[in-house]
Amino acid sequence: MTQAPYQEDLPLHEPKSIWTKYVWSQDHKVIAIQYTITAILMGLVGLFLSGLMRLQLGFPGSFSFIDPASYYQFITMHGMIMIVYLLTALFLGGFGNFLIPLMVGARDMVFPFLNMLSYWAYLLSVLVLMASFFVPGGPTGAGWTLYPPQVILQGTPGADGGITLMLVSLALFIVAATMGGLNYVTTVLQARTYGMTMMRLPLSVWGIFMATVLALLAFPALFVGAIMLLFDKFAGSSFFMPAIFSMGKQLAHEGGSPVLFQHIFWFFGHPEVYIVALPAFGIVSDLLSAHARKNIFGYRMMVWAILAIGGLSFIVWAHHMYVSGMNPYFGFFFATTTLIIAVPTAIKVYNWTLTLWHGNIRLTIPMLFSIAFISTFTIGGLTGLFLGNVVIDLPLSDTYFVVAHFHMVMGVAPLFVVFGGIYHWYPKATGRMLNDTLGHFHFWVTFIGTYVIYFPMHYLGFIGVPRRYYADEAYKFIPESAQGLNEFITLAALIVGVVQLVFVFNLGWSYFRGKRAGSNPWHATSLEWQTPQTPPEHGNWGAKLPVVYRWAYDYGVPGVEADYLPQNVQAVGDVDDKVSSEGILAET
Amino acid sequence: MSILSQISTKPWLPDDNNKVPRNADRGTGRLADNKVGLWVFLAVVSSLFLILGNAYVARRGFEDWHALPELGLLWFNTGLLILSSIALQWSKLSASRGHRESVKLSLLVGGFLACGFLFGQLYAWHQLSEMGYFVSSNPANSFFYLITGIHGLHLLGGLVALVRATFRAWSESESEQVYLISVSLCSVYWHFLLLVWLIFFGLMFFS
Repeated sequence: MTQAPYQEDLPLHEPKSIWTKYVWSQDHKVIAIQYTITAILMGLVGLFLSGLMRLQLGFPGSFSFIDPASYYQFITMHGMIMIVYLLTALFLGGFGNFLIPLMVGARDMVFPFLNMLSYWAYLLSVLVLMASFFVPGGPTGAGWTLYPPQVILQGTPGADGGITLMLVSLALFIVAATMGGLNYVTTVLQARTYGMTMMRLPLSVWGIFMATVLALLAFPALFVGAIMLLFDKFAGSSFFMPAIFSMGKQLAHEGGSPVLFQHIFWFFGHPEVYIVALPAFGIVSDLLSAHARKNIFGYRMMVWAILAIGGLSFIVWAHHMYVSGMNPYFGFFFATTTLIIAVPTAIKVYNWTLTLWHGNIRLTIPMLFSIAFISTFTIGGLTGLFLGNVVIDLPLSDTYFVVAHFHMVMGVAPLFVVFGGIYHWYPKATGRMLNDTLGHFHFWVTFIGTYVIYFPMHYLGFIGVPRRYYADEAYKFIPESAQGLNEFITLAALIVGVVQLVFVFNLGWSYFRGKRAGSNPWHATSLEWQTPQTPPEHGNWGAKLPVVYRWAYDYGVPGVEADYLPQNVQAVGDVDDKVSSEGILAET
Repeated sequence: MSILSQISTKPWLPDDNNKVPRNADRGTGRLADNKVGLWVFLAVVSSLFLILGNAYVARRGFEDWHALPELGLLWFNTGLLILSSIALQWSKLSASRGHRESVKLSLLVGGFLACGFLFGQLYAWHQLSEMGYFVSSNPANSFFYLITGIHGLHLLGGLVALVRATFRAWSESESEQVYLISVSLCSVYWHFLLLVWLIFFGLMFFS
C-alpha cells in the first residue's frame, strides 16, 4: 500500500466565526469564490470600457465625453484589466484554487495562510488600479504594453498619478500571484492523495500547474520592468529613457533604451498568453471528455504538449517586436520558434476534435462553450501563423488584423472556457445548477456575436485601418466603407456586451432558485465530483482521503452500468479483466 | 521515479487500473512541503535576478556607460555575508545534531552579521553619493542602487524568517523538529542570497 499523505491526519482549523469563514477565510474554496467574484467584477469594468471604445469607433464624435485622452485610457485599462485582472486572476486564483485541492484529493492548499494573503493582495491591487480612475489626470493611457518613453512623459494621459498607480498595482498583483503560485505548485507536487500519480491527474490540473510555473517565472520580468520604469520616472535614471525633448524642453534623461523595455515586457508578455491559454487547454479537455462520454484522445500527448508549449513560450517573445527594427537573423529565429510552438498546439486541437469523434456528445452548455472554444481558438491560431512571419507581420502589425487575431485566440477563446468551466463547476461550488434556458441564450448570442464582431475586423485590417487610432475619418487611405463596418461591429459588440449581464444574473438567480444539482450531475469521473458533501465542506473529504485507482477519463467503459468509473472506484475485478484480455464486452 | 519515466507511463491501460502506486518520490511532512515551497520561491527570485542581470548586460553595451569605482567597503560587506552564511550552516548542522545551545548562538551571530552586511550596503550608498555618484547620474549607478536595493530587501525578508527561527529555538515549548525546519530553510535561503550577491558583485565590478 501507499504511504499515507500526512495531511490526512492534520488537525483542521475549523473557522470559528462568520468572519473567518467567509471573509478572512483560509479555505481554498472560499478563496476561489472570492477570486472569481472579484475577477468577474473587473471583467464587467473591462467590458464597459470596451463598450465606450466601440461607441467612439462606431459613431465618432457623437459622444462629447470620449475625447482622445479618455479613449486611450479606455484602451489601456480595458487591455490590462482583461488580461491580468480578469483572465489571469480567474484561471489561477479562481479555477486553480477551487480545482487543484479537490482534483488531487487534498484537504486544502499546502499553505492556506499564504493563500488567503494572496487573495487580499490581489484585492488591494484591484483597488489601487481602480483608484487611478479618481486621481487627477485619470488612469494611464499609454496602452497596456506601457512602452517608454511616452508612458511617463507629459502629454500621455495619466502620466502623473495614473501610471504610478498602475505600476504599483501590477507589483501588488505579482506579489499576489507569486503567493498563490507557490501554493498551487507545491500542492500539486506534495499533496496528491493515495494513488494519484502525476499521470492520473486530470488535464485541468496539468494546465493550471504549468501555467502557474510560467507565471512564477515570467511575472518577475514585469516586476523588474515596473520597478525600473518607476526609477526612470521618480529617480531620474535612464534605463529606458533616451535623450528626449518634451513640451519644448530637453529632459535630463539620456542614452536609455526603449527597446530594452520591450524585451523585458514581452519576456513576460508572451508567456502571459500561455498563462491564460494553458488552463483553458486543460479545462476544455476535461469538459469535452466528460460531456462527450469518451476518454480524452491522447492523454499523454496532451501532457507533453502542455510541457512543450510551456517551455517554448519563453523563446518566442520577440515576435511582438518585429516592427521595432531587429536584426534579420533575430527575426528569423523568433519566427521559427513561433511556428514551432504551433505544432504542440495543433496536436492539442486534433486531440480535442478526435475526442469528439464517435463520442456520445451531449450538447450541454459546457459542451457548447467547449466546441465554441475549439472554433475560435483554431481561427485565431491560424491568423497567428500569418502574423508570426516577419514579412507578413510588418504591414499588418498596426492594423485591426492584429486586434481581431488576439481577441479571437486569447480574448474570446479562453473566455469561452471560463464560461464553460463556470457552467460545469457551478453545481459543485453551490449545489445548484445554472439555468439552462438563460445559458443557451447567453451562449448563442456570445458565440455568434464573436464572429460578427471579430470577423469584419480582419477585413478592416486588410484594407489598412490602423489600430489605436482615436478616429478613422480624415485619413485618405481609409475607405469610407470602413466606417459602415465599424458601426456594424459596434452595434454587435453592444448587444453581446449587454447579454453578458444575463450570465451575471444567472449566477445570482440560480444560487437561490436553481435546480438542486446533487453531487455529480454530469456523471464525471474526477475526484471533485466524489466529495461526501456538495458543496464540499471544509477539509473536503471527511475523515479519510479518497484513494485513486485509475486515471480521470474512464468514460463509456464497457460492461459498467453507469458508463463511467470515478477515479476512486475500484472496479469489479473479474468483469474488467475479461474486457481487457478479450477486448469484447463482457456478458453479464 | 524520474520525471521522464513518470510522464511516459500509460495511465489508460487496464492493467494499470486498480493499483495504488506509491507516490514514493516525494518525502512527506511539513519539512518536505516547506522545502518544496522554498525551492519554488528560489526559482522565482532567480528569474527576477536573471532578468535584472540581463538588463544590466544589455544596458552596459551603450556608450554612455561609466563603470563605478571599486569600493573597498564592498569587499568587507561581502566578507560579512559569507560569514553570516557560514554561521547559518553551522546552525543547521547543530540543529540536526540536537545541540540547541549552539543553534541559538549561531542564529544570533548569523543575524548580526547579516544586519552588518545591510548597514554596510547602506553605508556604501552613502559613500557613493558623497563622491557624487547619484542614482540618476549614470546607468551604472542606477543599476548599482537598484540591484543592491532589491538584494537587500530580499535579505531583509529573510531576516524576518530568521527572527522567527530564533524565537522558536529560544522557546522551550517548541519541539526540535519545528525549529529544525525553520533553521534549515533559512540557511538555504542565505546561501542562495550569498550566491546572488557574489554573481552581481563580480558582474558589476570585475567583468
